[in-house]
Amino acid sequence: MKFKTNQLKHTALYAILFQFIINVDSLLAQEAVQEIANSVFRMDRINALVFVLIFSASILVFTKWAREGKSLFLRKIPGLDAIEEAVGRATEMGRPVLFVPGIAELDEIETIAGISILGRVAKITAQYDTPLHVPVRYPLVMAAGQEVVEQAYIEVGKKDSYDPDTVQYVAGEQFAYTATVNGYMMRERPATNIYMGAFFAESLLLAETGNAAGSIQIAGTARPEQLPFFIAACDYTLMGEELYAASAYLSHEPVMLGGLKGQDFVKVLLIVCIILGVLLTSFGYGEFFKSLFTAV
Amino acid sequence: MKTTLPVLVAFLSGLILVVSFFFDDQNWLGLLGQELKIWLTIVGGFTLLLGVVSITKVNWVAVKRKKEGWKYKILTLIAIFTMAIPSGLSPEWSSYFGRNDGSVYDWLFQYLMSPMMATMFATLAFYIASAAYRAFRARSAEATLLLITATFVMLWRVPMGEWILNLVPWIDIPYFLETYIMGGINMAVQRGIIIGAALGAASMSLRIILGIERTYMGKG
Repeated sequence: MKFKTNQLKHTALYAILFQFIINVDSLLAQEAVQEIANSVFRMDRINALVFVLIFSASILVFTKWAREGKSLFLRKIPGLDAIEEAVGRATEMGRPVLFVPGIAELDEIETIAGISILGRVAKITAQYDTPLHVPVRYPLVMAAGQEVVEQAYIEVGKKDSYDPDTVQYVAGEQFAYTATVNGYMMRERPATNIYMGAFFAESLLLAETGNAAGSIQIAGTARPEQLPFFIAACDYTLMGEELYAASAYLSHEPVMLGGLKGQDFVKVLLIVCIILGVLLTSFGYGEFFKSLFTAV
Repeated sequence: MKTTLPVLVAFLSGLILVVSFFFDDQNWLGLLGQELKIWLTIVGGFTLLLGVVSITKVNWVAVKRKKEGWKYKILTLIAIFTMAIPSGLSPEWSSYFGRNDGSVYDWLFQYLMSPMMATMFATLAFYIASAAYRAFRARSAEATLLLITATFVMLWRVPMGEWILNLVPWIDIPYFLETYIMGGINMAVQRGIIIGAALGAASMSLRIILGIERTYMGKG
């Protein structure tokens, strides 16, 4: 009898909770968000603000821990480990290294990631005295690339070996640029081709030509539609987030690695949210939860 | 100072753009964010001159030193200036100037540049064939699975192939491919990559704004 009373209490409690969730779900998902959207402060973007704050806090906390000397595990990225080996191969063969920082402007974060990796590659080529060729599509990328490469040569104490024409503007049109780079590959036969940045329809044209020229190829892009082409034609491919992690990974600096761990922490949070969202939506209570993640 | 100033500029610019996202576009902060984006375009326009100087210098040096293929470099220089100079002159002086229909620039673009770009794009078909041959070689169980799936998806993407697939009476293969292969497995993987890439981009942006990442200046 006692068991039955307890069971009844629990059932009533579940029923009340069930009703409460349905009410809150329907109330908050419909009109409330729309009403507060017209203020000077975009209240309809408050979810994005919360996300930015959580993201920033996790990056700062993990960076602080890294500064304090806590050991942070980072999985191996074979494509990045292969860069030094590939440049070494070019040195042994006496052939140049070709670096393509994508075909987007400098306001694309992928291009900035490409330029960051260029700095690391330039340091290695400067150490080995290996010729480096960097064709670019935008003058602003050329200016940034020249600055980064020159700085790399200065840091390894080989400023005199730096050639300002290492980073060259070749063409502003997509396929004119591709034709120039493909022509360079077939004439000069670089031992190593590195593609890091934003790529579009030219990705396969570049990677297949490099493959035909017999070069070792390492590619990285965050565009999922171009990844299959690079995977088919290159020896190593950095996918999505690996491109953005590359500069921190190659630096081996604890402070930079802290930022990556902060990113991983947010990724775990998102995975939990996705699982929770799938469960709630599957049982028909996901409207409010989904509205928390709606971008305006 | 050489490092501090760029980091400070990156911090302030990034902060203004991030904060302005949370305010109405007509608010002063929102307007400031828009203004910064216009500045980027203006700076980009000025740097175009840098590009022209670079391409001219590199090709001119190659011609002067008679490097391999120097004759083609002459063609490049001629092409640059033949396109650039008449397009920069006022169409009021002559109908051949400017960028209107019938101008030198328009003629060169329509009848030389455009077909050449289309030719480059068209060669992609051959590259896809050679890349597909390498990617779909059945060397392992996974590669064989990829080959079979790709064959069905490619068949489904062309009208005749879809007609052939519809001949199978006991299973709706196009529906299966659309719902489970493309809309299920393929979509899940693509979204995984997109979410990862978006987080990576946000993380890198924050590292730049907070001054943790300085590798884009060649530092660190």
